[in-house]
Amino acid sequence: MDQIYSALLTMSLGVAGCILYFWGSNWLLGIIFPFRGQSHEQAARNLRIASSVRPWLFLGPALFFLFLYLVYPVIDSLRLSFMGRSGEEFVGISNYVWLFNDPEFQESLKNNVLWLLIVPAASTFFGLIIAALTDRVSWGNIAKSLIFMPMAISFIGASIIWKFIYDYRPTGSDQIGLLNAFVEYLGFEPQAWIAVPFWNNLFLMIILVWIQTGFAMVILSAALRGIPEETVEAAVLDGANGLQIFFKILVPQIWGTIAVVWTTITITVLKVFDIVLAMTNGQWNSQVLANMMFDWMFRGGGDFGRGAAIAVIIMVAVVPIMVWNIRNAQAQMEDR
Amino acid sequence: MTGLKLTNIKKSYGKTDVIHGVDLEVQKGEFIVFVGPSGCGKSTLLRMIAGLESITDGDLEISGERVNDLPAAMRGIAMVFQTYALYPHMTVYDNMAFGMRIAKADKAEIEKRVTDAADMLQLTPYLDRLPKALSGGQRQRVAIGRAIVRNPTVFLFDEPLSNLDAALRVATRIEIANLKEGLPDTTMVYVTHDQVEAMTLADRIVVLSAGLIEQVGTPLELYNKPANTFVAKFIGSPAMNISKAKLSKAGDSSVLALPNGNSFEVPISSAAGLEGQDLEWGVRPEDMLICQDNDTELLSGSVMFIESLGEVTLLHIDCGGEDSVVAKLPGIADVKKGDQISLTAPADKLHVFDNKGVSFLYL
Repeated sequence: MDQIYSALLTMSLGVAGCILYFWGSNWLLGIIFPFRGQSHEQAARNLRIASSVRPWLFLGPALFFLFLYLVYPVIDSLRLSFMGRSGEEFVGISNYVWLFNDPEFQESLKNNVLWLLIVPAASTFFGLIIAALTDRVSWGNIAKSLIFMPMAISFIGASIIWKFIYDYRPTGSDQIGLLNAFVEYLGFEPQAWIAVPFWNNLFLMIILVWIQTGFAMVILSAALRGIPEETVEAAVLDGANGLQIFFKILVPQIWGTIAVVWTTITITVLKVFDIVLAMTNGQWNSQVLANMMFDWMFRGGGDFGRGAAIAVIIMVAVVPIMVWNIRNAQAQMEDR
Repeated sequence: MTGLKLTNIKKSYGKTDVIHGVDLEVQKGEFIVFVGPSGCGKSTLLRMIAGLESITDGDLEISGERVNDLPAAMRGIAMVFQTYALYPHMTVYDNMAFGMRIAKADKAEIEKRVTDAADMLQLTPYLDRLPKALSGGQRQRVAIGRAIVRNPTVFLFDEPLSNLDAALRVATRIEIANLKEGLPDTTMVYVTHDQVEAMTLADRIVVLSAGLIEQVGTPLELYNKPANTFVAKFIGSPAMNISKAKLSKAGDSSVLALPNGNSFEVPISSAAGLEGQDLEWGVRPEDMLICQDNDTELLSGSVMFIESLGEVTLLHIDCGGEDSVVAKLPGIADVKKGDQISLTAPADKLHVFDNKGVSFLYL
């Protein structure tokens, strides 16, 4: 109960503070540069100054917090990545040298590439297929809501759900994991799925695919609906069958949207952390970069230099995709 | 030879009937135009011929073969859509070649047919362009080209000019007329709500209303001998003026007793049984004349509104009926708003309909 009260209090204080800031700063601006009761020239000058200051005043808090939580950490991470364990003595590029020789880093890098290849492709593919199919059936909207629902679950929550699905009990005892129960029903030995090296990566990826398919589906479904119906009819008259219409008429027309969906999921995948943390914590060869960074920075490692170096690597990998993604999205909007 | 035959064609969406049984026989190489107000079912009928809508009941034959259950692509038809429906991601060449590529036609053959069609429509310089780099008129020509490449036996047009501006519409209309001359064996079915397109392009016009055919005939037949008041009002602009009267004498020619007390003899025969009954008679605005000394007055009233177009003057006259009467007089008429005016017309220009709106000529 106390938590609810404090949450409500924080929220109302926050909103009130915002109103007070915008209203108050505008009022202050009016006091400093008054335009009533001035000579015409002075009033025009004050009005001009006030209207050029106002956007900065209103954007100020946003810019300040953006700098504090986005720009400053980037710069400081870069600095820390050249520092030693405690972040105090300069060690040059030795953190990076260590990183590229570290077997765990190589494993993480390999796993990340695997995630990167499989998850965006699978999510976009399933999203596209589901979007195309659900547009054709009467219960499509219900199916869509159900498939979209995992989007509303946090990654940790999703991991807990899937932990139950993958749960393992020794042979002979009752299986509470859905997958093992099924496997046993089919007459096979139950497995500790998330502890099987290499394949456990795939089992973790399924969780993210499960979450992201809904996202891909919603965006692609909207794009599919934007395609003029006549082009499909023209293709029908031209003799194209269902598959040909899908791949030669529909997909090419939404290619830009597919690319945006793909890259957006790619960026999410590059940052994948919670699922690995909750499911395996990087054990059994399932480590990824973000979880490794967290390990070195805050947990067992406690090494600011090495943690920051990993963070920089992740950022360097994300930035080009991000830039491409934004350009693509802008090109899409100009086309409209 | 019959190019296209519709026998008792019906269409229902669930319990709603849209097309109520249409019979039509179209000769091979004929240019048929479907006209009618919005929602009359003309586009639905066209889409049923195309195979884009299923046929609820009745038979559709193309070149003597029943095609009800044949997929659209195998009916030997091609269609030009109102919105062009070009594939936006393909060049002009690929748009036109798509159908033949799907049919796995020979590469050289595809190239020949596409370049021929492009030649015919002056599209050769644009073959490598995407549709978005073309003007509206060029896009419509590509859509026509795509249809020509399919070498169809029946060519369907669904309001192809309505997305073009006025000047382009006239130019494209002439191009379509030329296209028809270049393809004498191809049956063409053209849907429009614009009666000028219908009158200028059609060999025969099919007037539709509420899912039924009102009349089929050449443009001038429809103009001169409309079968009922619907066709009479729909063909011709401004619409025909329709008024009430009684039949005072039947026979080889009919004598109308007008509400103003005058009798007017019309050279249209009528059955004796109709004598004394209520009827409707019509006269086109362009057939109306201002009464001279000995003329029998048909209508009279005060001028409410004058439209001077230079070549003609349109007078809107309040004659006491529900709708105002329109008279189209040649040149610039010397009439002022509020003038009392009395009108007549040559007897052979009158149209007479029974109390159900059916023309005496078709009873």
